[in-house]
Amino acid sequence: MVVIILTIVLGLVMISMAVTALTAQRVRAAVLASGIVSLIASIIYLLLAAPDVAMTEAAIGSGLTTIIFFYVLNKIRRSDV
Amino acid sequence: MYKNMFIIVLLAGLGILLGSFLLTHHANKALPELPAYYADKTASEVGAANVVTAVIVTYRGFDTLGEVTILFVAASLIAMFLKTSKAPKDRHPRPSSVILSTAQKLLFPLIVLFGVYVFTNGHLTPGGGFQGGAVIATGFLLLLMANPQAEFKHGLLNFIESISGTSYVIIGILGAILGLGFLDNRFMSLGELGTLFSAGAIPVIYSLIGLKVGAELSNILHHLNEVQNEA
Repeated sequence: MVVIILTIVLGLVMISMAVTALTAQRVRAAVLASGIVSLIASIIYLLLAAPDVAMTEAAIGSGLTTIIFFYVLNKIRRSDV
Repeated sequence: MYKNMFIIVLLAGLGILLGSFLLTHHANKALPELPAYYADKTASEVGAANVVTAVIVTYRGFDTLGEVTILFVAASLIAMFLKTSKAPKDRHPRPSSVILSTAQKLLFPLIVLFGVYVFTNGHLTPGGGFQGGAVIATGFLLLLMANPQAEFKHGLLNFIESISGTSYVIIGILGAILGLGFLDNRFMSLGELGTLFSAGAIPVIYSLIGLKVGAELSNILHHLNEVQNEA
């Protein structure tokens, strides 16, 4: 029961973060919000007894993808100016 | 206006679709035929304690080979498009904070060690080659964030990557010659279920995949880092 409630709460936070990622004015905030979506998704995978997927999601979805977004963002800013 | 209406209609349709799935869904207590086969036969047939790993490396081994190939193609394309000039760079990135560089010195070996643990124990505990490789790449990412001017040995990374990729295919072919089929793990002794040296060739294959994925992702990150300060 606790797991179900926790999953629902995490899911709501995840949806709000996804909306933030879509509507945020600053791109940096949007990238961070999408990273948090992946992080919460990995916790939910763990709660749903899929630790293998949770590890991949945490390492690639929230770790590497966020940083690659930042690298590309930095590069775009530089060539724009 | 029409765009918003379209989005609302789309969301409502999706909601009705998923809602009807949820209402008509009833949990099946018994496993369907294929999962039941995997759950019952893995321990005796493949000898891996982690059923997910057994499915990924042996039962669906050919798919994994395809995934590794896709990652290899992606890494090669990134290396091709982000080719940096050989000329010495005059980069002056902002020095990273003391906290980050001190923490990096402590954490980098631990993260790499954890990645190696994840892929060598892929047949026993959750995780495996892809997860372990990604963890190792995050270690290298921390290194790059603490010292943006760090130079990796590209030759070494490429060597590790190509050697492990080739060995993976060779082990697959050995499985076809000595065992029952391509990527069969039973040409090596299965050992005792639950020990490190068990499950035949699975630990070897997963370690090779881990090294390959780790080297590829680190290479991608290094290429992205290198082009940051170019004009």
